[in-house]
Amino acid sequence: METTFQLTVSPDFTPERISGWYIYNTWLQRNLGLHFHLEMYDSFDAQRTAICQDEVDLIYANPFDASMLVREKGFRAVAYPVGVTDECVVVVPAGSSVQKIEDVQPNARVASTDDPDIQLVGMIMLEPADLSTSNVQSIVVDGYVLVAKALLKGEADVGFFLKDAWDGLSNPVRKQLRPLVTSQISDIHHVLLVGPRLMESAEDIQSLMLRMPEIEKGQGVLESLGFEGWAEVDQEDTEFMIDLMDTLKAR
Amino acid sequence: MLRDMQPLAVLGDFREYHINLYGFGPRKVLVTDEEVAYPDGKLIVSRTDTRGIITHCNQSFVDMSGYQRESLIGTEHSILRHPDMPSAAFKSLWDDVEAGKIWHGYVKNLRRDGKFYWVYATVIPNVRNGRVEGYTSVRRKPSRTKIRESIALYKQLKAQEGSSWDGPED
Ligand SMILES: Cc1cc2nc3c(=O)[nH]c(=O)nc-3n(C[C@H](O)[C@H](O)[C@H](O)COP(=O)(O)O)c2cc1C
Repeated sequence: METTFQLTVSPDFTPERISGWYIYNTWLQRNLGLHFHLEMYDSFDAQRTAICQDEVDLIYANPFDASMLVREKGFRAVAYPVGVTDECVVVVPAGSSVQKIEDVQPNARVASTDDPDIQLVGMIMLEPADLSTSNVQSIVVDGYVLVAKALLKGEADVGFFLKDAWDGLSNPVRKQLRPLVTSQISDIHHVLLVGPRLMESAEDIQSLMLRMPEIEKGQGVLESLGFEGWAEVDQEDTEFMIDLMDTLKAR
Repeated sequence: MLRDMQPLAVLGDFREYHINLYGFGPRKVLVTDEEVAYPDGKLIVSRTDTRGIITHCNQSFVDMSGYQRESLIGTEHSILRHPDMPSAAFKSLWDDVEAGKIWHGYVKNLRRDGKFYWVYATVIPNVRNGRVEGYTSVRRKPSRTKIRESIALYKQLKAQEGSSWDGPED
């Protein structure tokens, strides 16, 4: 019987990208000649459990999880997406008296999704106001539209957005909100990682990703994922990003 | 290679110090009282080899230091050393990272133009194949409260250390 590998995607995908990942899976199987089952976990916890149980073979991972995947689970990063970023925007209601980060007060109600990298970077941007997870009230919601809603309804004082999600909000919604700071980190991004069972095919997968725009239907698949393409990452690039994430996670 | 600071690069009044750098020797530094604000939303990142020679830095590092990238790479990280920093801070940094531990601290850094900027720095060892190959420092924006506390603490530490440096007394 032929082996079926598991492909999974960082649970911060937006609803409009789900079909894109199914199309990607089909394209990948055809061009690689291997069988994949795409598993879309609906939370980071569920996905981490699967990783711990060695169920995952190929993962489009959140940078927050790259450390565990590489250093504990023996994954290897092969490519990162071009044209999307992991930057975070800190936002307040348009009428808020808060003009700069330093004006945000202890016990502020902070709305975010469960995206771990955005939560981390967002909290770092609140540090100049002497804020940390221990002196804000965290409100975790199910998507960036709900982060916006919490701000509009006065249920949150501050919201963290993935930059792309913020840019994607409708104009009428954005007009009622005001960005305070946008991170400009650029060294942190999602990565595509290959697990131990699939390691033999790591080079093939990498070269396939890099050539994707030139291969039949590849361009269309990229568009449905919202990527311009993939860029190569080597081991040292990955280690560097992990070191950087580790400094940010350390308390 | 680390050079003395150049008066021509410094605007306005400055004080001159002759500091002693570990493993390097004396350096003349020129210091003004002007602070440059930490850029919002950015991380200032650099990496060194195991001796503290800069091997990589990001654009924010270059911009905040005031130097050209070419004069930073290959140079001692103490190119940013401000005379107001107590030696004890850097001793604890090196003790920690050489023991394989993470170090955090507030640092006042000196720019090429004699101005200074405060950072909250985290330094970690870069472990590759089980060996430490260098160190990475990631800095972020500190709060004014922490800066005030650090100023007081560092002043006290400096007074205890006593300075053998040639420069103006406070
Ligand atoms: C990764 C790394 C980053 C460092 N960053 C700084 C810095 O930003 N500013 C600074 O004065 N020293 C920094 N240091 C410490 C210097 O190497 C040096 O110890 C310090 O400037 C004091 O100089 P001295 O050790 O020659 O007395 C860093 C060291 C490492 C390993």
